[in-house]
Amino acid sequence: MIRVTGLSKDYGARRAIDDLTFNANRGEILGFLGPNGAGKTTTMRILTGFMPPSAGTVEVGGYDVIENSLDVRRIVGYLPETVPLYNDMTVVEYLSYMAGLRKVRKIRARVQETLEQVGMSDRANGYVGNLSKGMRQRVGLAQALIHQPDVLILDEPTIGLDPVQVVNFRELIRGLGKDRTVLLSSHILPEVQQVCDRVLIINKGHIIAEDTPQQLQIRLSGSQRVRIQVRADSKDILPLVKDVAGVLSADAVEHDSIEFETMPGQDARPLVAKAVVQAGYDLLQLEPVKMSLEDIFLQLTREDTADLSDETEEA
Amino acid sequence: MNSIFLIARKELKQFFISPVAYVVAIAIFMVVGILFYVSLLAGFSQQVAPSIQVIVGPLTTILLFSTPAITMRTLAEEQKTGTLETLLTAPVRDWEIVVGKWLGGMFFIFIILALTWVYPIFLNNIVDPGIDQGLLISNYLGLLLLTGSFLAIGVASSSLFSNQIAAFFITLGILLVLWITGYAASQITSAAEVLRYLDLSGHFFDTFYTGVIDLKDVVYFLTVIILSLTLGAVSIESRRWR
Repeated sequence: MIRVTGLSKDYGARRAIDDLTFNANRGEILGFLGPNGAGKTTTMRILTGFMPPSAGTVEVGGYDVIENSLDVRRIVGYLPETVPLYNDMTVVEYLSYMAGLRKVRKIRARVQETLEQVGMSDRANGYVGNLSKGMRQRVGLAQALIHQPDVLILDEPTIGLDPVQVVNFRELIRGLGKDRTVLLSSHILPEVQQVCDRVLIINKGHIIAEDTPQQLQIRLSGSQRVRIQVRADSKDILPLVKDVAGVLSADAVEHDSIEFETMPGQDARPLVAKAVVQAGYDLLQLEPVKMSLEDIFLQLTREDTADLSDETEEA
Repeated sequence: MNSIFLIARKELKQFFISPVAYVVAIAIFMVVGILFYVSLLAGFSQQVAPSIQVIVGPLTTILLFSTPAITMRTLAEEQKTGTLETLLTAPVRDWEIVVGKWLGGMFFIFIILALTWVYPIFLNNIVDPGIDQGLLISNYLGLLLLTGSFLAIGVASSSLFSNQIAAFFITLGILLVLWITGYAASQITSAAEVLRYLDLSGHFFDTFYTGVIDLKDVVYFLTVIILSLTLGAVSIESRRWR
């Protein structure tokens, strides 16, 4: 559905995105993860035909964004970061206007349908200017959905929403992603983890990693952190664990627990368990410490760990 | 084509939502109303029937100053609030946006001008044997073309800014310069021909105002409108490349 090849964009002398290449298929929710200024919005603006790329090709639904800009815009729904609403129109007026520009047939029925979809039917005749942030966001989403686009591009859709709204919004997006392509940007990691089928991590205009949220976690846990609990004082066990081959480092975390890190690509868990048991202690628990996407993100976007991610790729 | 009308219709609606339109309308009717009344009194005392020029003359001046206020919002506000982003990602061509905005202003001016017909109609009833219909037609046709040019210049200027005040003053500046080039032509003889051709007021007052419809002037005004709207569209398009 979306094919991006060697995409770059310069703002004057500053290169906002540099040689991005990725694809997205129908029925897939692709997450863009990156800090502010990473190039997420720029990429999305190019995909929506808002501005042309400096280099590279972008195809959406088989149409080139420069050659067939109008065709691309016809099949793309876009919710920009600042929700674009006319405050002095009612919700229905606004959506009808957008539907008209989007060449929707049977505008009235479609507006009602979309309002129900985003749960805004009860405020249909209220003025946009009087809506809360969460409601504005929903009207913005309705605007992006009004023409039943094949591709939905959402720039930071849950920013400024309260926790309940965020949960509803994510469910809504998940539902929408079933039969179309959704591209979603965020700097909130759990969000991407919960909503997306695949994640692109971007920093300073480069793609740092691309994978499913689960795979990404596995890839980075090439060097694994494991926590063991024993019926003994952790001080007695610590030297024991440290001596096991394949253990990189170990620390006592509680009076009876130890966390150790294994060498990349080596599973030292059986050896550690054996060592503990053979020394005559009771092993109560042994579990991998999961790195959150937060850790992954920090690790991946820290410049000094670039070589580390190369290593884990092989593992 | 459909998109142009949609945008124009929305613009027209917004004029009636915003206070600017009412303020402009009130200013026009107050000033023209007072002048009309005064010239009627003068006409009675001097036993001369006033012509509709007493309405159209002041109307041009008021429109000169008020059209920048009508157009300043059109594109500047869309840029400021970010709604231009949805407009530019909708399947609408850049020139359709600009023409739609201009046409919305034209609809509004058309309504205002139609309402000022109360004065000629009133005049026609009290003057015997009625007013010169040809003069009326040529004056109003001229007014439409003239304000069409004002609006086109205004919309084009509005596309350059995200600040409405800036858009207002640039438009007013351009209009005033084009308004006085006829006077400049009388002093600067070396470029008199060019300056006289550029003059907005000359193309109205020398012909339409006196009851003459000259194709040359129609072409001039249409050129101003098309050129301005084209520049406006180019300016919108250039936003994409920044």
